[in-house]
Amino acid sequence: MFEGITDNLRSALSFVNRGRLTEASIREGMQSVRQALLEADVNYDVAQNFIERVTERVIGDDVLKSLSPTEQIIGVVNQELIDLMGPVDHSLHFVKGSITVLMMCGLQGAGKTTTCGKLAKLLQAEGRKPMLVAADLQRPAAIEQLRVVGEQVGVPVHTEDPADSTPLKVCQNGVAKAKKEGADVVILDTAGRLHVDDELMKELEQIDRRVQPHQILLVCDAMTGQDAVNSAKTFNDALELDGVILTKLDGDTRGGAALSVKEVTGVPIKFIGVGEQLDKLELFHPDRMASRILGMGDVVTLFEKAQAEISEEEMEDAQQKMSEGKFTLVDFQKQMRMVKRMGSVKDIMKMIPGLGGMSDALGASGEDPEKELKRVDGIINSMTEYEREHPAKIDRSRRNRIATGCGVEPSEVNALLKQFGEMATMMKRMSGMGAMDRMKAVQDIAKNSDPSGNFKVQKQRSKRGPQNANKLKDLKKKQRQDKKKARKRNK
Amino acid sequence: MGFFGKLKGALKKTTDLLRTDVRDLFKAGEILDEPKLQEFEKRLLLSDMGFAAAQEIVTEVREKHGGRTVDVEAIWSTVKAKLRSLLKGDEDVLYDSDNPVSPLNLQSDGPTVILVSGVNGVGKTTSIAKLANLIQKSGKSVLLAAGDTFRAAAVEQLTMWSERLGCEIVTKPAGTDPASVAYTGCDVGVEKGVDVIIIDTAGRLQTHQNLMDELHKIYRVIAKRIPEAPHEALLVLDATTGQNGLSQAKHFSEVVECTGLVLAKLDGSAKGGVAIAIRQTMGIPVKYVGLGEQIDDLEVFDPDNFVDALIDKEA
Repeated sequence: MFEGITDNLRSALSFVNRGRLTEASIREGMQSVRQALLEADVNYDVAQNFIERVTERVIGDDVLKSLSPTEQIIGVVNQELIDLMGPVDHSLHFVKGSITVLMMCGLQGAGKTTTCGKLAKLLQAEGRKPMLVAADLQRPAAIEQLRVVGEQVGVPVHTEDPADSTPLKVCQNGVAKAKKEGADVVILDTAGRLHVDDELMKELEQIDRRVQPHQILLVCDAMTGQDAVNSAKTFNDALELDGVILTKLDGDTRGGAALSVKEVTGVPIKFIGVGEQLDKLELFHPDRMASRILGMGDVVTLFEKAQAEISEEEMEDAQQKMSEGKFTLVDFQKQMRMVKRMGSVKDIMKMIPGLGGMSDALGASGEDPEKELKRVDGIINSMTEYEREHPAKIDRSRRNRIATGCGVEPSEVNALLKQFGEMATMMKRMSGMGAMDRMKAVQDIAKNSDPSGNFKVQKQRSKRGPQNANKLKDLKKKQRQDKKKARKRNK
Repeated sequence: MGFFGKLKGALKKTTDLLRTDVRDLFKAGEILDEPKLQEFEKRLLLSDMGFAAAQEIVTEVREKHGGRTVDVEAIWSTVKAKLRSLLKGDEDVLYDSDNPVSPLNLQSDGPTVILVSGVNGVGKTTSIAKLANLIQKSGKSVLLAAGDTFRAAAVEQLTMWSERLGCEIVTKPAGTDPASVAYTGCDVGVEKGVDVIIIDTAGRLQTHQNLMDELHKIYRVIAKRIPEAPHEALLVLDATTGQNGLSQAKHFSEVVECTGLVLAKLDGSAKGGVAIAIRQTMGIPVKYVGLGEQIDDLEVFDPDNFVDALIDKEA
């Protein structure tokens, strides 16, 4: 998600890496940032204000005189992005000891019904007893859809025959039924509407007045263009929204709507929908989102994901092996599978700072990291246990057998072994480091490896540690210049 | 209320938006300077037509009228002509608002197959129903194939429509391979000798490679039963979609070679400006526009009327 805006912002911000920064060059650079935002569907006025604020802060903050203007500028943009989208309040303010009524509204096709199901599932996981009410009598089969969704999640759904009922009646009866059946949260799925439709808007207001939902949530399609702000505003004027749920963020939308809605209406984004399956609803975190937009990675979410998917024992076991430097192909395979459980490799890479660009490169070169993982898995499976524990013992004969066993060329087995050897060396080196250094080491890998994901470990040449290539270059340049000066002086 | 009236009504907001410029910005006798052009660019951008198209129009206005005193009529005719040329491309589509099936590539021998795709929630199924209605009205028989076997109740929704319209429908249980539904649809269509077969597909985001592969399979399987089919691959686009519409058009075209757009939900406050961007960069024309929730609210797109409605001063 957000790749588009990320790419554009990254290239727009590349001006900070070029040459000297002056007030003029910043203003010019900010124009390309503005274009990036506009192409990402950020509302025109929001983009304009954003740029003005950033420019002002950058120029006013003595950023230019600071030691690392690049980082400062990105820092300012990051902070402004966070301010733009936040703060958020994830709580749905449940009423203690009574029923909480949530009303969902939104334009047609924003994904209301699906989101109702996702929300019900989320609430259920929190130990609540949600109930769905199908108040969308407009769209053919909407009731049927909610019924099916309810069945999948395993929550009751209140429905009525659209022929002899009104949306208001359905809602009232639904709440009453929920009280009787002991549910504690009622989610009203209202009909989608185009907000210019006064009649349907009145119907919503009527439900709002008579049923008095505790929270009204707007479901908003993240792909919406400049109009997102208008619709959010109209709904907010009529209903006083409590929160926004952005949907379809798993596409390649640039998500400008996310940046605009909060700014214009002041209504916080509470959740984001990131997939068609019913468990793909996440809490919205502006700081993480800002980092993702800027390609700074999202380590917090990655850790949370890892925690959810990988048990503590597995983690400790892996740590132990790593720190002892006893890293075998068996562990390698185990870890690979652990990673796989967390989602697609690309998604994970995007969350690691500095690796976002690499995942794009992977996509561009047409290589599918999933396939690669599968193949590596297959190769390891074709080895005997002895070979897995002692990869060094794999000779030509064994290699050929493994290759035949899994249907690859022997050279590929070799490549895997080589890669594994490099990785094991790295692990050994990393085992002595703290968490921060380790993170840095991972980023170094990203810098040093080619897009196909092969590691290029720098050989340890001397006791002074690896030489910094850039520093060396600068040093040599300086020496050359000094010599030149000396020659001139001697003339 | 004819198409023109409806479209005008639907686009009134855009019109208002653009027209305020005329009054506020382009006052006769004043000099057309940079701030005015900037403001004009803003108005254009608010219609979602995208940075490139807006730039092109502004540049043209700047070149022709910049620095001179404002001649409102002349500026408008420049803008209109530019918009029209952006929308019409190279005149490869026939737009005849009296003949509702004129933009379609109909076959004289054997059934015409129309494959309809798009991202989730843009109004594919509804647009199909409307399109079927339009084709039926022009005296041709229609068969629907309910290829959305994924979304809960999508098949039911299309079945309901087919009952209302009184046309044939081919369905299979939820979870069936949609390509199989498409094949059976073509099969039944040929056997019964219907004129037009419309194949519905499940909504999918263009970034989901597996789903796009599935769509490509549907596309190939249709050609297996009826060579050269599908004759039309329509992409349904939500008029509220922003610049992501470009990405949608690009990725869907990669798997099904889109021949046209259906711009749905144009009756909202959105202007569907992204259609201009798509026509400009990809050359895919808009063929139909959805203007409301009723079954009759689908019309043949007419670039001349569209532009006129967009900036007609009498509107």
